[in-house]
Amino acid sequence: MAMKLHEYQAKDVFADAGVPTPSSQLASDVDGVLTAAEEIGYPVAVKAQVQVGGRGKAGGIKLAEDEDEAREAAESILGMDLKGYRVERVLVEEAVDFTNELYVGITMDRGEGKPVAMVSTKGGVNIEEVAEEDPDAIAREHIDPAFGMHPFQARKAVYDAGVDKSVANDVASVLTTLYDLWESRDGSDAEINPLMVTADDDVIAADAVMNIDEDALFRQPELAEMEEEAASGGDELEQKADEYDFDYVRLEGNVGIIGNGAGLVMTTLDLVDYYGGEPANFLDVGGGAKAERIANALDMVFSDDNVDSVVFNIFGGITRGDEVARGINEALEQFDEIPKPVVVRLAGTNWEEGMEILNEDLVTVEQTLEDAVERTVAYAEEVTEQ
Amino acid sequence: MSVLVDDDTRVVVQGITGGEGKFHAEQMMEYGTNVVAGAVPGKGGQEVNGVPVFDTVHEAVAEEDADTSVIFVPPAFAGDAVFEALDTDLDLAVAITEGIPTQDMAKVNKRLTETDTRLVGPNCPGLITPGEAKLGILPGNIFADGNVGLVSRSGTLTYQVVDSLTNRGIGQTTAIGIGGDPIIGTDFVDALELFENDDETEAIVMCGEIGGEDEEEAAAYIDEHVDTPVAGFIAGRTAPPGKRMGHAGAIVSGSGTGTAESKINALNDAGVPVGDTPEEVADNIESFLE
Repeated sequence: MAMKLHEYQAKDVFADAGVPTPSSQLASDVDGVLTAAEEIGYPVAVKAQVQVGGRGKAGGIKLAEDEDEAREAAESILGMDLKGYRVERVLVEEAVDFTNELYVGITMDRGEGKPVAMVSTKGGVNIEEVAEEDPDAIAREHIDPAFGMHPFQARKAVYDAGVDKSVANDVASVLTTLYDLWESRDGSDAEINPLMVTADDDVIAADAVMNIDEDALFRQPELAEMEEEAASGGDELEQKADEYDFDYVRLEGNVGIIGNGAGLVMTTLDLVDYYGGEPANFLDVGGGAKAERIANALDMVFSDDNVDSVVFNIFGGITRGDEVARGINEALEQFDEIPKPVVVRLAGTNWEEGMEILNEDLVTVEQTLEDAVERTVAYAEEVTEQ
Repeated sequence: MSVLVDDDTRVVVQGITGGEGKFHAEQMMEYGTNVVAGAVPGKGGQEVNGVPVFDTVHEAVAEEDADTSVIFVPPAFAGDAVFEALDTDLDLAVAITEGIPTQDMAKVNKRLTETDTRLVGPNCPGLITPGEAKLGILPGNIFADGNVGLVSRSGTLTYQVVDSLTNRGIGQTTAIGIGGDPIIGTDFVDALELFENDDETEAIVMCGEIGGEDEEEAAAYIDEHVDTPVAGFIAGRTAPPGKRMGHAGAIVSGSGTGTAESKINALNDAGVPVGDTPEEVADNIESFLE
């Protein structure tokens, strides 16, 4: 999983490493925007600091030539809902006059198991679309992680992409810096799109993407501190899942799903769909969950108003059926009336002990995964019909 | 017959003095696995369950003839532990650890091209040859000795499918959990090759999931090189793009690569039936064996 830095955070990281960036200031209210714009000098770009793609198209980025326009931009962007995220802050940035827009990026090519550097002269648009429609427009250079990026590789990628000779050295230098950052900061993706080319043949990073491998945050204390700030906003339930430390994804349907192990939980989602229901979520309690964690998982799914019924499917390897049963009892015994019907299927380690402990007055028990899912979907349909 | 592990396998457990390492070393021994040594820096000279602990894997190999390592080392140190295993003459290293930084695995991946030692994992349940030995954390009691080879990216999904097979009286030669990370040692193609060359394996179950292109590569390999019948399963048909489903590797990217549909189509094109449910996978295996 990757932790995504905000644009302003990524720009700080890039600028500290020597990548040219436009001057900018963060602001969280209209007055702050106007002060910042005054100091930077018009024209400025006002950019929503939320982690969703396509901010510009969604109205989250506006250009302002003067104070009136800056006020208008600030008022419309601050507080707006951008694809489910409330905009709390904007970056006020010097508007760069450019003649050309490039793309440079570093990511892990999982198929090759190697990092790959990418350069394209088709910057400023969604690079995934470029990759799909015109793959040859992106020059790729695989990097041996034991050596890092050789200088010739940076040059080669830049020349292969067809970058104009007048800026080739500067672009290669930005790419080298980007790789060094990606490597030293445990990046999963580091990207500048667009890297703008000015009339004076300078290059400047007009946007910045830096995603960090969450598994490596233990050795990136500085970035780990940015994490809380970066994680601000977002779905209330997903925040709650973070507190409980669950792998959780909220979906559109009404059948709540709890299980252990990513592959089996995904399979449970698929079976809900197969039997005509719609999954409300993906929730993986992980391996070896104890009773409290099981109770938290139920609390999590009950908190979702969309959920009409819940399937609890555990195949114990290191997770024990007796712990699961205790957790389910604990979570349900506090209710006078069970808020949503719960179907339980236990298999694997200590499932017999679990079945003895489980209070069957509170739940419906099924022996197989298929039966459990079918029953849960039927319960959800009953609720919908009412 | 079986692949990779049997009752002659001599195991060193890296991280045997830690909570998980100790517990699962015991469980492996109870199952009959020949655990001959532990390796934990600074703990040389101790014993766990009557097994001698050494400071280095090299010593464990020299003193106890270990040929296989199972790694239960915390993620921050696991990359280094894998390098240590690869620096000896082991046949096999199995990394159970979840959460190894991806860049560490990229370096390991490079090292694997320079050694004969095979890596399974990381972030995997390990592997088991029923009735002989298990390496890792799989619950031994659901497996039975038989003729079906199984390879899977997911632990609990493996258990689900194995349970369906065992309940029908269909046993397994070896089951291999290859792990849910983006960069892994042994992949589907490697495992399929092993099963294809194993005389006792009469049918193969392959459980994939969304993300990456390993299943598509496996389908191409099956088409060209595998005569043993294969039954497939793909988890994550309902996963929306851009959302990671638990495993670091299980994500459909925005540009549409790694979808269940693409994997199912590729497998179908290679003549591999893909079950809609785990029970259907067992049905398909049953019909292969008739």
